[in-house]
Amino acid sequence: MRQRIVPSLLLGLLAAGVVISLGVGRYPVSIPEMGAYLGHVLFRLTAMDEQKLQMVSILLLQIRMPRILAAMLVGAALSVSGAAFQAMFVNPLVSPGLLGVLAGASFGAALGMVISTSWLIVQATSVSFGLLAVLLALLLSRFYRGDRILLLVLGGIISGALFTSLLSIVKILADPYSQLPAIVYWLMGGFSMVDGKSALTLAPPIVGGILVLLLLSEKLNVLTMGDEEARSMGIHVTELRITLILTATFISSLTVALGGIIGWVGLVIPHIGRMLVGPDNHILLPVSTLLGALFLLVVDNASRLLFTVEIPIGILTALLGIPVFAVILRTSKKGWS
Amino acid sequence: MELIRAEGVGFTYSGSPVLENVSLSVDKGRIVSLLGPNGSGKSTLLKLLLGIYRPSKGSVLFEGKSVAEMTPRDLAKRIAYVPQTHRMAFAYNVLDVVLMGRSPHKPFFSRYSKEDAEIALHSLERLSIAHLKDRSYTEVSGGERQLTLIARALCQGADTLIMDEPTNGLDFGNQIRLLDRIADLAQDGYTFIKSTHFPDHALWIADDVVMLQEGRVAAAGRPNDVMNEEAVCRLYNTEISILRVKGSVKTCLPRSIADGGYKRRTPRNEHSV
Repeated sequence: MRQRIVPSLLLGLLAAGVVISLGVGRYPVSIPEMGAYLGHVLFRLTAMDEQKLQMVSILLLQIRMPRILAAMLVGAALSVSGAAFQAMFVNPLVSPGLLGVLAGASFGAALGMVISTSWLIVQATSVSFGLLAVLLALLLSRFYRGDRILLLVLGGIISGALFTSLLSIVKILADPYSQLPAIVYWLMGGFSMVDGKSALTLAPPIVGGILVLLLLSEKLNVLTMGDEEARSMGIHVTELRITLILTATFISSLTVALGGIIGWVGLVIPHIGRMLVGPDNHILLPVSTLLGALFLLVVDNASRLLFTVEIPIGILTALLGIPVFAVILRTSKKGWS
Repeated sequence: MELIRAEGVGFTYSGSPVLENVSLSVDKGRIVSLLGPNGSGKSTLLKLLLGIYRPSKGSVLFEGKSVAEMTPRDLAKRIAYVPQTHRMAFAYNVLDVVLMGRSPHKPFFSRYSKEDAEIALHSLERLSIAHLKDRSYTEVSGGERQLTLIARALCQGADTLIMDEPTNGLDFGNQIRLLDRIADLAQDGYTFIKSTHFPDHALWIADDVVMLQEGRVAAAGRPNDVMNEEAVCRLYNTEISILRVKGSVKTCLPRSIADGGYKRRTPRNEHSV
């Protein structure tokens, strides 16, 4: 019963969240104004004076919509990847950054900012190095004999540490007056730089990746039973695990291209999802997706509304995520028996 | 009809041999008990039959086809693994666990259909545990967990069930109920290959028994033919008596018990408190 209600409830909240987020800000747009705007643009029904029309159009389409879209995409991608990773590694402390993707993407973004001023190049280096870090982790885990999952985690630690130290080198070498602040802000995450074009370009691959994870969620259940048991149920364990890892990694690195490094979402949201609908990934993954989108949308509104200066969203997700996580670990024992 | 055949199977793990020259043949609808002391290679042999491990020597055939050449998916439609009841990391519902058995029938990207759910429910009904379907797997009893895993095997569509010490950790009543279920399913044509630490279980319900010792087959055949005192004593390296209880029913007892119970060196003084 709960499993039916929760997704529709989240979907409703998300729709309401989008409308509210479109309206709030330094220049509020009321719901009747939005209605009038929509009526005017779509059906030529309502009259609107030219100046007002232009302002509302810029506010909604160019400033707020891209940001709303980006926040939802990033929240959804990080949460569903986190849920998939936690199941795959059978560990509640796992987040999408486990295999070094965020460390690699941070380094890539910093490198891009030092070698180029083009936004596109920064996004591209960020995604490429995120993937590269995970490939390195996978490669390292192949070197040794033993428990595959443990070796993957170790590979991720090594790869993450490598790219974190490389990031420090780039920071030292960066221009302390222009490049270094940009790098530091990037690492704290935020959607103030998002434009319509990058949100729309990155939306299809992120949505595609999320769909792949959702379609594999039942196989993911089988994988949590252990490699041998999964194989006895006809699962190609390696093939499935690599597909899951690469998909989750790919969409996580795309989130870095959109909003920088935003921590805690991928760790905390799946836990809240599990409290709501239980551990069955078939239902948990879609719920985590919706919950993550909603969460980051709300937090992004807070980041741009709370103070006159925008607070980097990564700081807010950490400040919210840490206490929630501390409470959840106390109460959610039963999901992990 | 012969279902599974192992021919001269050898298996080496990290350089040391675990199994050597193991041959066996399993007919359809039989219950085969695998006996042997700890470390004799029972679990390894089961995993070789399942195709999870590849033999270093020899081959395992399922209906004449080499298991090594069958895909996990094709194999899973015929042979199911019923592991020892384990601690599960996630508190899935019993029905969710049984549904996992549908995996070999689903394409790579897919979601369960209504039909899958019906098959899963039917499998639970087959084992008379449909009432548990919404209970958490981690909260039901050990016996119910084992039945859930058997239901999963049926849901998988397999007709051969490979069980690793299925009665392990169950109380006496649940052990008996589980053996009843196995005998019942074998009547319907299901084939069972199960390892056990209780030679009695082999005497009670097995059609065939394979005795493994240090990675080799020490004896194989009908329990009545091969499970004599000498063979069982040698297998477990202990003095064991096999007693005839009623008609042809036999049971194993430690020889010291069969000979009249333990003789304590000093009789217990019940008045000293």
